[in-house]
Amino acid sequence: MIVAEIKPIEEIAEAIKGAKKVLVAGCGGCVTVCLSGGQKETDIMASALRMKMKVDGQPLEIETATYERQCDPEYVIRFKEHLQDVDAVVSMACGVGVQFMAENYPEIIFVPGQNTKFAGAAIEHGIWEERCMLCGECVLAKTGGVCPVIRCSKSLMNGPCGGSQNGVCEISKDTPCAWQLIYDRLKGQGRLDMMTEVLPAKNWSKNRDGGPRKIVREDVRL
Amino acid sequence: MSEAVALDKQAELKTDSKLEKLYSLGHFVVTGELGPPQHAEGHELEHHAHELKDIVDGFNLTDNQTAIVRLSSIAAGIHVLKGGGVPIIQMTCRDRNRIAMQSDLLGAYSLGIRDVLCLSGDHQSFGNHPTSKNVYDVDSVQLIAMVKKMRDDKKFLSDAVIKANEPRFFIGAVENPFGDPFEFRAIRLEKKVNAGADFIQTQAIFDLEKFARFMEMAVARGIHERTKITAGILPVRSVKALQYMKKDVAGMEIPDSLIERMKKAEDPKKEGIQVAIEMCNELKKIPGVAGIHIMPVGWEAALPEIVKGAGFLPRPKV
Repeated sequence: MIVAEIKPIEEIAEAIKGAKKVLVAGCGGCVTVCLSGGQKETDIMASALRMKMKVDGQPLEIETATYERQCDPEYVIRFKEHLQDVDAVVSMACGVGVQFMAENYPEIIFVPGQNTKFAGAAIEHGIWEERCMLCGECVLAKTGGVCPVIRCSKSLMNGPCGGSQNGVCEISKDTPCAWQLIYDRLKGQGRLDMMTEVLPAKNWSKNRDGGPRKIVREDVRL
Repeated sequence: MSEAVALDKQAELKTDSKLEKLYSLGHFVVTGELGPPQHAEGHELEHHAHELKDIVDGFNLTDNQTAIVRLSSIAAGIHVLKGGGVPIIQMTCRDRNRIAMQSDLLGAYSLGIRDVLCLSGDHQSFGNHPTSKNVYDVDSVQLIAMVKKMRDDKKFLSDAVIKANEPRFFIGAVENPFGDPFEFRAIRLEKKVNAGADFIQTQAIFDLEKFARFMEMAVARGIHERTKITAGILPVRSVKALQYMKKDVAGMEIPDSLIERMKKAEDPKKEGIQVAIEMCNELKKIPGVAGIHIMPVGWEAALPEIVKGAGFLPRPKV
């Protein structure tokens, strides 16, 4: 899922300065799962903003609304009824939701309530870790199910760099070395010979480097 | 080696690199390292090259070492050439994509540089621009293969043909015998050789016993017959430097006995030179070691003392 983290309230307050009425829009998708932008967090954000603006001497009328997703037309349309006479929307969705809402309501100012961080997994309650960089061409079959593109700090494709020591990456003792993980996994499976293959330079055009990407599925188009 | 055999060997050379010639004639090669300055002046490099050109066979020029902005390794190489030395430019994957790298390789070769050392490079979080975007478009193994492809297939990485004047580099790579997983290090070295590495420089060696084990694995795989392995030496001036490397430099293995020895030394600089000389003598004996690479890290004066002390003078003329 997409993992996001709430922005400092000062930054949001600054971005909506001058507004008289604001909608804080929650999202029921990924940000609900990662506990940063669902119904509950949206209500908390609204209260916090209300208090802050009051303390700052800029009282503000704030409403909230949360629907399943902000990246899908059928849910985006439902926000319409909440947008009468609001000056700005603080979207608690990821960057995709903020943009998609803004596209659909071009006359309204949209402010992101979150920093969208990465595609990751909840490895423990309260701990999320990056697992995929959406590179567009998956190599996991060749690397024992551990992604070197995102989990190696240098995106190395052919084994660890010289800084790999005691299983951790040179940039931080809290970052496992992806290639140590790959090595351990393949060794355990008796497939270490896979690591002798020279993987060629990656085709980054499948990644963002090919320009913004789009998938068209004719079989499901209406 | 008879002159006829030597000439025959030379006829097989892939490049007109002096290093390749020395290795092919069976010489034990000695190289040194110079760190380009953090400013836009190359006189000092030229001066060091001039002073030390008969001490070492070539000068490695680091490429924005530890991700700190410095005079480019290629420009530094030109200053070394001006000083009469042989430049071995480093090229890291951190800062450039494949287009810039190939362009720089063409440029470097056009200016007379014949040796290139391919490495991934330290992560930018260590340097003076930790908020920068890194590139790592290709990794070090892929970079080696790219330089070889340009030379041997006369093609750019994309398969576009280099119609004339392909760069004919003698290709170097690095290996850290002290990185983990240790058992994989010789395999990784072999990968680099399979990709096209003509010579290898190792990370600075302080733990001789572990290095010997690494070399045993490399020799068992026959890697030393397919590439020239140059062992890295880093002379230290103080116990503090050793402690810093042990604690803060990724991939360094430093035995406590060495730290104790430096602690007891009356003249730490002298002792550091002595340690380096002893290390040279030990490394020379390890099967598969074809040369020594000395990294003085700003202590250029150490170079002649070590090379002389280890009995590596005079350097062969070719």
